[in-house]
Amino acid sequence: MSEKYDKRRKVFDKIGKTYAFICAFLLIVITVSIFYFVATKGLSTFIVDKRSISEFLFGTTWKPDRPNSQGGPAIGSLQFILGSVFVSVFAILISTPLSISAAIFMVEIAKKLGRNLLQPAMEIFVGIPSVVYGWIGLTVLVPFISKHIGGLGFSLLAGILVLTIMVLPTITSVSTDAIKSLPWEIREASYALGATRWQTIRRVVLPAAKSGILTAVVLGLARAFGEALAVQMVIGNSPAIPLSFLQPMSTITSVITMDMANTVTGSTWNNALWSLALLLLLISFGFILIIRLVGRRSMYK
Amino acid sequence: MKSKFYDRLATIYFYVVAGVIVLFLLSLIMYILYQGRSELNLHFILTPPKFMEKGGGIAPQIFNSLLLLVLTLIISVPIGVGAGLYMAEYARPSKITELIRLSTETLSSLPSIVVGLFGLLIFVNMLHWGYSLMSGALALTVLNLPVMARVSEDAIKSVSSSLKEASFALGATKWQTIVKVLIPSALPGLITGIILTSGRIFGEAAALLYTAGMSTPMLNFKVLNPLMPGSPFYPFRAAETLAVYIWKVNSEGLAPDARQIADGSAAVLLIIVLLFNILARWLGNILYKKMTGGK
Repeated sequence: MSEKYDKRRKVFDKIGKTYAFICAFLLIVITVSIFYFVATKGLSTFIVDKRSISEFLFGTTWKPDRPNSQGGPAIGSLQFILGSVFVSVFAILISTPLSISAAIFMVEIAKKLGRNLLQPAMEIFVGIPSVVYGWIGLTVLVPFISKHIGGLGFSLLAGILVLTIMVLPTITSVSTDAIKSLPWEIREASYALGATRWQTIRRVVLPAAKSGILTAVVLGLARAFGEALAVQMVIGNSPAIPLSFLQPMSTITSVITMDMANTVTGSTWNNALWSLALLLLLISFGFILIIRLVGRRSMYK
Repeated sequence: MKSKFYDRLATIYFYVVAGVIVLFLLSLIMYILYQGRSELNLHFILTPPKFMEKGGGIAPQIFNSLLLLVLTLIISVPIGVGAGLYMAEYARPSKITELIRLSTETLSSLPSIVVGLFGLLIFVNMLHWGYSLMSGALALTVLNLPVMARVSEDAIKSVSSSLKEASFALGATKWQTIVKVLIPSALPGLITGIILTSGRIFGEAAALLYTAGMSTPMLNFKVLNPLMPGSPFYPFRAAETLAVYIWKVNSEGLAPDARQIADGSAAVLLIIVLLFNILARWLGNILYKKMTGGK
């Protein structure tokens, strides 16, 4: 081996390592800059426009374009926050039992059928774009609700049902991994004690996979909370506090989607939308922190 | 014997849930294809949309989606693989590694509308690129990077360490081992991952509304030089994708056949995404067989 060649490959070795590090470091840079820029814009509602945080978080009057003669813009956003919370929490409540059952089916009941049928089905569910879900909601769910249940159809209920389907694969795949990663011996120990499969699932597998399943649920919640278009298409977009499942309402994401294009940069309205974006960002970061906390408490790792 | 009865009941329950989910998915797909059936023809796919008039197609939208996908992959694959490589091969337990992990997790659960707004702020406004292919591609890169990094990390980590050790034993440097041994062996996983994320990029709309824009200029395929502003490949032109178009038609459709256009576009989008899915599985299998020399 010539000395020149050896030197060259050592240089390449260094360059390669540096390149890989820069790529990984870029992830930090992007994350930090997203936080920085969204925060700068989002905080100007409170710093430049001098609005109070409590008006923003707990007020319910959203009239961001009201002229000063009538009392100036009002940026109360509680109804959007509640809208996002309701739509995603109810979606999770419906979706979680189904997802966990599907996960158990794939790992404990019928492995082969699970791998060949349910697993690909879940991958396709994930792959279907959110606008397509929104479109199905718009063409099937909304008319169905208005015809058979009542109201306009554009409603909290429609949003919940669309999100239920969208978070199903997320919760299923993460809880499947959690259940799969449990050591097989704990099941054998349970069977050896004479437990049936159902007893083993209920008393051994599910409790042992608890933290993994919790992670799955929080991830599902995060996805539901951040989903924009599918929800916006079916929810009716009226800035009201949701008091009934059949009432049209708005979420944080839907109001951002609807209004961003109509506003002028720097206006109170525009800044308030950025504040909503910042809130969304902080909430999704909060979900990640919760997942990390839950993961640390996992029994088997 | 009560417990045996419950056990059987539970088994039936699980089969029913699994069956319902699969049937539901099938009916969903059938419904989308059935609704779009009248538009699934070459005319619809190959003609541009018409303004306030019947009979428009979705050719520019499909073209834009594909172009944006290619552009995004060109930017995000090298960086994503690099980051995955770092996490799989170089990262030692440290504050920085922990921070990279936290960033990856945060980025991958970021609502895509927030990514779109970030793109609007930085690429569209601050860099004055306007609603453009480039702004859209970079917003999609932000969405795709954490996924790509994780996929590559997993693919590289799953390569058997004996291969690596053999390469070291032959006197190869780490980088030589990575380029000549690890990456080729991880290729099936990498390619499957890339195609699967491509499906996601293809269907993304929320991040593109305010970055790639909701309009497309007339595409003149006589100018192919990407540096010419009139070229369809010019990176700083607005580019409405198929997914964005579906959203726009549904919320503010101006053509009299808006419903039909939405139906047809949804079917086309679904078919393309399904093709990505099938392709990923098929190619992954073939490459795996080729690499391992197995049957």
